[in-house]
Amino acid sequence: MSGAAGTAGPMAPLIREWHRFTPAERIGRWLVWLAIVASVVWAVRTVEIIPEFLEDAPEQMADLLVRMWPPDLAHYYPDVHAALVETLHIATLGTLFSFLLAVPLALLAARNICRIRPLNAFAQLMLVSSRSVNSLVWALIFVAVFGPGAAAGVFAIAFRSVGFVGKLLAEALEETNRGPVEALTAAGAPWGHIMLKGVWPQVQPAFWGIALFRWDINVRESAVLGLVGAGGIGVVLDDAINFFQWERVATVLLAILAVVIVAEIVVTRIRSRLI
Amino acid sequence: MSGASQAARQAFAPNWGARLGLLALALYSLYAMAQLDITWDRLLIGFGEAGRFLARMWPPNFERWELLIEGLLESIQIAVLASALGILLSLPLGLMAARNLAPTLLTAPTRAFIALCRSLHYVIVAILFVKAIGFGALAGVAALTIASMGFIAKLFAEAIEEISMKQVEAIRATGAGFGAVLLYGVLPQVASRFTGFCLYQLDSNLRNSTLVGIVGAGGIGGTLFAAFKRFDYDFVAAILLSIIALIFLAEVISARIRAAMQ
Repeated sequence: MSGAAGTAGPMAPLIREWHRFTPAERIGRWLVWLAIVASVVWAVRTVEIIPEFLEDAPEQMADLLVRMWPPDLAHYYPDVHAALVETLHIATLGTLFSFLLAVPLALLAARNICRIRPLNAFAQLMLVSSRSVNSLVWALIFVAVFGPGAAAGVFAIAFRSVGFVGKLLAEALEETNRGPVEALTAAGAPWGHIMLKGVWPQVQPAFWGIALFRWDINVRESAVLGLVGAGGIGVVLDDAINFFQWERVATVLLAILAVVIVAEIVVTRIRSRLI
Repeated sequence: MSGASQAARQAFAPNWGARLGLLALALYSLYAMAQLDITWDRLLIGFGEAGRFLARMWPPNFERWELLIEGLLESIQIAVLASALGILLSLPLGLMAARNLAPTLLTAPTRAFIALCRSLHYVIVAILFVKAIGFGALAGVAALTIASMGFIAKLFAEAIEEISMKQVEAIRATGAGFGAVLLYGVLPQVASRFTGFCLYQLDSNLRNSTLVGIVGAGGIGGTLFAAFKRFDYDFVAAILLSIIALIFLAEVISARIRAAMQ
């Protein structure tokens, strides 16, 4: 309040200083900024940096690029090509498998479809735990389970995607309109028909969007699964790095880059056509 | 006549296109499974192994908690530094990539650079930086900075492109310089979305920083990978549980920060 000029008169209540935030909000924001600065300072001061390594970093980087040039393009066929196709298979199969698991979980997690609260919570828990383990860690686990190879990669991709796909699908399901469902229920339709004709048409655009989006992510992720032995182009990359064959590494990186860019273009095209 | 009315009365006509599509997908998955050598026998053996694996993971072994804490702290350091650097670098990049404020001559190369940052997986970038900078947290910071730039610079650019130009024009009409236009015309419109992106990136950097150690770029990932290689599955379980706890905690904190910054 700064009503020094007009302490009297009918306008007095209107002459006041306006603040965007309450004092509590201002203190909160100030504390957040303080915490950010403090954590950055803490990280800079305590992170382990080896000065010798940092000193010759530009030199090493230049050396790396020189060794990578020219890329050993002759290496592409058949080794890298076969691995690339395997990577695409892993990504696609992994996405398909993830939907087999994610659709039931999403139906259980959506509060308007499954009315049993403990089941909702259970499905949410499954989705969250799938999401919080990274795909490379899932790959490590499945390599221990299935042995090295593409099978581990497919399952790693599938289990990592379940959480993501299930969460988004459940959200789409919860946003559906009750109208068609009630109409079908009133007509005496069984549960399967209600889902197929009342709910599915409403979530269909979201469904395809999620599937394409996740497939795009999975193409990227399946490229590194091979580093822990789960098949795909990562195996070829790992071999080339371990043998210091940097020209081959360059070939593999270019191949991955090309596939990722093509996948993104394909997804964008299909999405604009479908939705 | 009666045939036609019968056909018209069929409310839900069978969708042959969709059925064929589903069939094609099923055929593809059978083909791909054959290609990748995924057979029923192998799955059955795998499920048996999974039981043994889980049995060896239980109970989690927290005996080497000092190593665990050290790794987690390093992961947090990597995440904080990579987010801070990534956000700082993304601010100009996002501005340079926004088609409504920057000239096309500038946006095209900036967009290409951002797309390049995004297209390589952070673990691959981490491998390259491990070679260039050497083992340790710095390589992880560099790799995740690149990944953050690819992600938030794109989102920043999109947010800036969606602003209303009226306010920008109003500030320009007062004769303000470029900096003032940004500060009073652009920033207030995008600030809250930027905060959201930054928090999201901090979250995902934290997740990713627990991973880059697998290729030697510092953090808990190295410890995790070593434990896996030595078949110390009970220690693996302990590490995984602490990573999940850390991520969960980070999500709670970032939700709080989001509420405070609204």
